[in-house]
Amino acid sequence: MSTSPALVDRLTEKAGLVSAVVRTVASMDEALAYVAETCDAKEACQILASGCDAPLSGTAEALCATKQQKIVCAPDLPEDEVAKLTTLCEARGIAVITKGMRERLGGIDIALTMAAAGIAETGSIVVRSTDEEVRLATMIAETHIAVLPESTIMADSYDFEPTLVEWMGQAPNYTAFITGPSRTADIERVLALGVHGPLELHILILEGK
Amino acid sequence: MQDAANLSEYRKQLRQALENEFQREALDKFAVAYRTSRANAFAGIDAPELIAEIAEAKDASIDHLMELFEEFKRHAEAAGTKVHLAATAHEANEIIGRIAQENGVKTIVKSKSMTAEETHLNDHLEGLGLDVTETDLGEWIIQLRHEGPTHMVMPAIHLSRYQVADLFSEVTHKKQDVDIQKLVKVARRELRPKYCQADMGISGANFAIAATGTIGIITNEGNGRLTTTLPRVHVALAGIDKLAPTLHDALRVIKCLPKNATGQNITSYVTWITGAVPCASSPDGKKIHHVVFVDNGRLAMARDPLFKQALRCIRCGACANVCPIYRLVGGHKYGHVYIGAIGLVATYFFHGRDKAKNLVQNCLNCGACKAVCAAGIDLPTMIKEVHARIQDEEGHPLYSSAAGAVLKNRTLFHTILKSARLLQKPVAGGGYLRHLPMFLFKDHDFRALPAIAEVAFRDRWEKIRPRVAKADIKVALFSGCVQDFVYPEQMEAAVAVIAGKPGVAMEYPIGQSCCGLPLMMMGEKKAGRELAAHNMNAIDAQGFDYIVTLCASCASYLKHGYKRLFEDDPAMSFKAAQFAQRVMDFSSFVRDVLGFDAASFAGPSKDVTYHAPCHLCRGLGVTEAPRALLRDAGLNYLPAAEEDVCCGFGGTFSVKFPELSKELLRKKINNLKATGATAMATDCPGCIMQIRGGFEHDGTHFEVRHVAEYLAARLKRK
Repeated sequence: MSTSPALVDRLTEKAGLVSAVVRTVASMDEALAYVAETCDAKEACQILASGCDAPLSGTAEALCATKQQKIVCAPDLPEDEVAKLTTLCEARGIAVITKGMRERLGGIDIALTMAAAGIAETGSIVVRSTDEEVRLATMIAETHIAVLPESTIMADSYDFEPTLVEWMGQAPNYTAFITGPSRTADIERVLALGVHGPLELHILILEGK
Repeated sequence: MQDAANLSEYRKQLRQALENEFQREALDKFAVAYRTSRANAFAGIDAPELIAEIAEAKDASIDHLMELFEEFKRHAEAAGTKVHLAATAHEANEIIGRIAQENGVKTIVKSKSMTAEETHLNDHLEGLGLDVTETDLGEWIIQLRHEGPTHMVMPAIHLSRYQVADLFSEVTHKKQDVDIQKLVKVARRELRPKYCQADMGISGANFAIAATGTIGIITNEGNGRLTTTLPRVHVALAGIDKLAPTLHDALRVIKCLPKNATGQNITSYVTWITGAVPCASSPDGKKIHHVVFVDNGRLAMARDPLFKQALRCIRCGACANVCPIYRLVGGHKYGHVYIGAIGLVATYFFHGRDKAKNLVQNCLNCGACKAVCAAGIDLPTMIKEVHARIQDEEGHPLYSSAAGAVLKNRTLFHTILKSARLLQKPVAGGGYLRHLPMFLFKDHDFRALPAIAEVAFRDRWEKIRPRVAKADIKVALFSGCVQDFVYPEQMEAAVAVIAGKPGVAMEYPIGQSCCGLPLMMMGEKKAGRELAAHNMNAIDAQGFDYIVTLCASCASYLKHGYKRLFEDDPAMSFKAAQFAQRVMDFSSFVRDVLGFDAASFAGPSKDVTYHAPCHLCRGLGVTEAPRALLRDAGLNYLPAAEEDVCCGFGGTFSVKFPELSKELLRKKINNLKATGATAMATDCPGCIMQIRGGFEHDGTHFEVRHVAEYLAARLKRK
């Protein structure tokens, strides 16, 4: 199954408009290397972005204690890929975990997930998140990196409808369309990214898959 | 929250709201930016088609809400969700309170839910000793301030960064910076522990899909995902109107809702939850999951042939975004809980007559909300209908029933107008009423009022009527009260223009009276029906090819309003349809039927700007004809900013709410002046009365005339 370049372009354009970073990668290895490098380049705790330096109340302040090391969480990554990622990360002093998100509510650096589909019309990715670890990882992480197989990109949400209906029929089910990072404009309509969820969303389009 | 006991108290509240400079500026900026972002979001999409599809699908669901509920319950319960139906707001709160107590809940996080605002859920839960935290940033801010939302989508749009910084300083006991990005991060960190500690999450639901028992939640911040994930209990509260048969219904609404709400293509998160999903903090590893549907008047609404339409609402808030009045006074004074045009209707059904009776009068009937509605709801008509119902239930105010009695009796009404002409003599001068005893009119002196003409059009007609030997087209002229008695020269100009084409026989049926729109505005529906019937008898539609009027308001009301008045009377309804079919506004008639073009006119070029009357551009969908005619007549048409925003006349509205009318007029005049022109054309005598009166009061020389007058002056003589 192949996807027309037009759909890839459209998804890239639309996702870009909502501040998502979109890259194409030739292989899973390249995607894993991207994750390790991105985490490496990232400050251990994105101080300004996460509000650590803000004058906080005691309880909010205390959350910082739960986070001492750079962490990548990859809850739905196949075991062999996790092993590869761990090797790449360990060399950089980054921990790779696949579960235990409830112990990390102060935040982690990166959540790596496998997107089930892309919707070009809106630049969205579809993340199956019935697994609680996936749900939490994609919300707790400062950066969410999703690998999106090229062949799963569809023109619009109606094209994805039959699949989603099927999933909903296999309850319990929790599925999300994610379009760009978390955002708000609740104060004076000024856009601010990362109010509750990730500050950044990176979509890695996996070529030929 | 608007809670005035009577109209004068409500006006006092409105005056206070007008003084809120920050809010007015914020809403103004938003209103202007919204137009552009919405247009961009819908670029390349057939919005009217999408809106019609949503309306049709919603209507189909509304007829089967109980069946959809049973279907949803079956599927959701099979997937481990407990489904409830609450008859009232109080019952919904009790169910949720009970769920909390049964599960030993102490702390609760909430993601945004208008339905929870409707039921005042937080008050109830706090009354049970529970700790409730809103997690949507805007909702959290207003919760901390102990107030309700001022907008359905942007609950805290009325507050400045300074107010938020002060508030957050109080909450954290540390001085906060006045920097929006930093304030957002403070909220992020302050709220994160709340999710961790919460025993229960409460969310709304934008969709409830019967076929699979799924709820759909849309958010930008992602708080919906945390609220529904971390605590061991999740309760979703939804109006029963959120039920839809299939996922397709929801996907279709999502194509429209964010675009119509804020000009966003889609929200950051769309979350679909089916059944009791895994949850590590729950004893058996599965979420304790409840969905509570609330009726609270909705099922009765669904059975009401007129008001069932209101249940189509998808809560995008666009009706507030475009409402000229919301823009002036904000949501706390233009709503009770639900704000904007839909709020005026919803308040009556969800919160009762007392909360709605003042609010519903505060509608200009400008039609902007109807034009923007994502579900094609005829909001202005419903607002007027609620007003009429409240008056029928509570008794009609004296001035209102008196107006009804006078207007429906043409002879009496016209006699009064003629006596007024004599009475005004001591105060009339130069075409305006001057030296009025101002203690009677102190709130109304923002515009000069015109004097009644010496000779009404109906008394000029026999002298000026053109004699046509061979008639190809027969036209009935409908003057409306203002052109008949105040501006007969506009009618004369129209007659001169129409007579410029051979073979057009004009008739002025002398029995005609006021169109009846003012009565509808006052909630006098019964008298309005009698007046409509009177006019349809006075003008025998079958004897004419066209019924032409120069008043946009009359035209729109004759064409659409009459049919609605007689919906329950098949014979009259047929008659009204026949009548409506022939009604046409002057500009469209002159250009599209008579074929006037550049060859018909001559004259020197002149800068002229234009004001698009609400009832012409939205009421009748006429936008091109008048502007093209101005250009054809050799005038240099200079478009004004917000040309199609109401001038604030609104017929009886400007009498009832002079402070608001004054502000709308001020904006209109500024926009007109900014074009650099010193002349303006329009197609409605009411708008002329307002705008010309405003310039006169202002002391600015600015010519304000009807399109017909410009055309007549430039007509080539044969």
